[in-house]
Amino acid sequence: MNSAALIIIAIVTLAAALAAATLRKLMHAALSFAVALVGIAAFFFLLGAEFVGLALVFIYIGAVAVLIVFTILLTRRDVGEGRGFNWGGAIIAVAVFGGLTWSILKTQSLAIVAPRMPALTVKQIGVALMTTYVWPLQCVGLLLTAALIGALILVMEEKR
Amino acid sequence: MSKSIDQVFVNAKQWLLSCLAGSPTWVIQVVSSLINIFALLAVFLTLFALISVLERKILARMQNRYGPNRVGPFGLFQPIADGIKMLIKEDIVPARADKIVHFLAPVLIAAVAILTLGVIPYGRNMTLFTIDGGILFFFAVGSSTELAVFMAGWGSNNKFSMLGAMRAIAQMISYELPLIITVLPVVMVVGSLTPGRIVAAQAGYTFGVVPRWFVFTPWGVTAFILFFVSGLVESNRTPFDVPEGESEIVAGHMTEYSGFKYATFFMAEYIGMFAVSGLAVTLFLGGWHAPARTLEFIPSYLWFFAKLSVLLFVYVWVRGTLPRTRVDQMMNFAWKFMLPMAFTCIIAAAVWHYTGRGLRGWLWSLVVIAVVYTALSTLLDTRRKFAPRVYRFAE
Repeated sequence: MNSAALIIIAIVTLAAALAAATLRKLMHAALSFAVALVGIAAFFFLLGAEFVGLALVFIYIGAVAVLIVFTILLTRRDVGEGRGFNWGGAIIAVAVFGGLTWSILKTQSLAIVAPRMPALTVKQIGVALMTTYVWPLQCVGLLLTAALIGALILVMEEKR
Repeated sequence: MSKSIDQVFVNAKQWLLSCLAGSPTWVIQVVSSLINIFALLAVFLTLFALISVLERKILARMQNRYGPNRVGPFGLFQPIADGIKMLIKEDIVPARADKIVHFLAPVLIAAVAILTLGVIPYGRNMTLFTIDGGILFFFAVGSSTELAVFMAGWGSNNKFSMLGAMRAIAQMISYELPLIITVLPVVMVVGSLTPGRIVAAQAGYTFGVVPRWFVFTPWGVTAFILFFVSGLVESNRTPFDVPEGESEIVAGHMTEYSGFKYATFFMAEYIGMFAVSGLAVTLFLGGWHAPARTLEFIPSYLWFFAKLSVLLFVYVWVRGTLPRTRVDQMMNFAWKFMLPMAFTCIIAAAVWHYTGRGLRGWLWSLVVIAVVYTALSTLLDTRRKFAPRVYRFAE
């Protein structure tokens, strides 16, 4: 059952990712990208990491995908037109993929059998965030508040 | 006797599954999910049909007219007639529309709305999709609605649709903050994101009479009101139906939809309304718990749906009473009033918790909320803010 689900999710995710990279219309590519992100969230669900999967859907579909489509809509006049093949991008993508594969194969993580871990509950994640990782959490909070205030100042009407 | 009536649906499902005893586990898993899905769809689509005719009847009563009264007794078969009409209507897709996106938008919006219904506990042992972070699931899935609305607006290739979608996304993002933050005090007090646990924490009675629902605490009632108003906005209902705004932009993101696709949008709006009201019942109104000990013989699911109906009636009542707000008023309200009040709820809940959750905590949290409310009202000076609008034209 699990392996069947894994294969189905993998096919959907890869197809969506491929579509995001190759579709001629920018808006279709952005929407396929959202589908690929849902596929990755489904992977996390399959592995029992519900919180990570939900956070991924929350942030990437609810916020980042909307941000991307808005950016496309507000900045480009040629929304419906095609685009040329990006050779530089392809080379960088291949290089990143090669580097990641090489570094993963160099580690011993593939040889080690994963130990049986008890399922992680949301409560445990919350406790860890509020005790061990409280300083990084507060710093991220401060950064986001600063970003919010910065955005407000940017759009504020200038008094004349 | 009352126990077996209370568990009648759970037992029925167990009996159906016991007929399959001996089949592989995955068959039982799939059949179990299918039973849940069919039950959910049957109940809520019936409720949708009912509310669509009841809303028209109630609105008619408020406007001193009869409302639908031709089809069946008291016009009760009106939804069937409407459904047939919608099904056989011509489906028009604009020539310049983005066909795929235009088609997928209603599908996505309805799917998302129905998914969020799964995590709500409808009665004792009656949560369809038990998951550790149920509340998080509700909002994570619900946030995809924005993308669906955008797809509808963009796929139609129509400026009214696009304007409607822009308005819808602006208000949904603004009001999602108070909506989620008002849930936090409940999550903090209970210490769990599981809807079932939140309902369980509201069992019992203080002084033997007042149920321990969170709505009976000062922070609870404030959070409940804020949550309800944000829910009104999230489901694009009057007085916040700015994205549809018939008098300004035809029908917003639904302008280019006809026939069954339009009906799907309509259905998604109502299902979203059920989901938000259901979550409000779960979080603040004690879920499926009875309001008094002597009334506990009535099955739990009946209590849930009774509370849900009351909230739905308030939705219709508000629609029949209030005019549509302006976009700028609505945004100011979200960022300048709702958001600070939502944060105050968190502080008030913390005060309530650390002063012993008793009468003293009750009074202290009331003080916190009263102080912030008065300070905010004075600071915002609402009388000046809601004066007639000064129009500024393009310079």
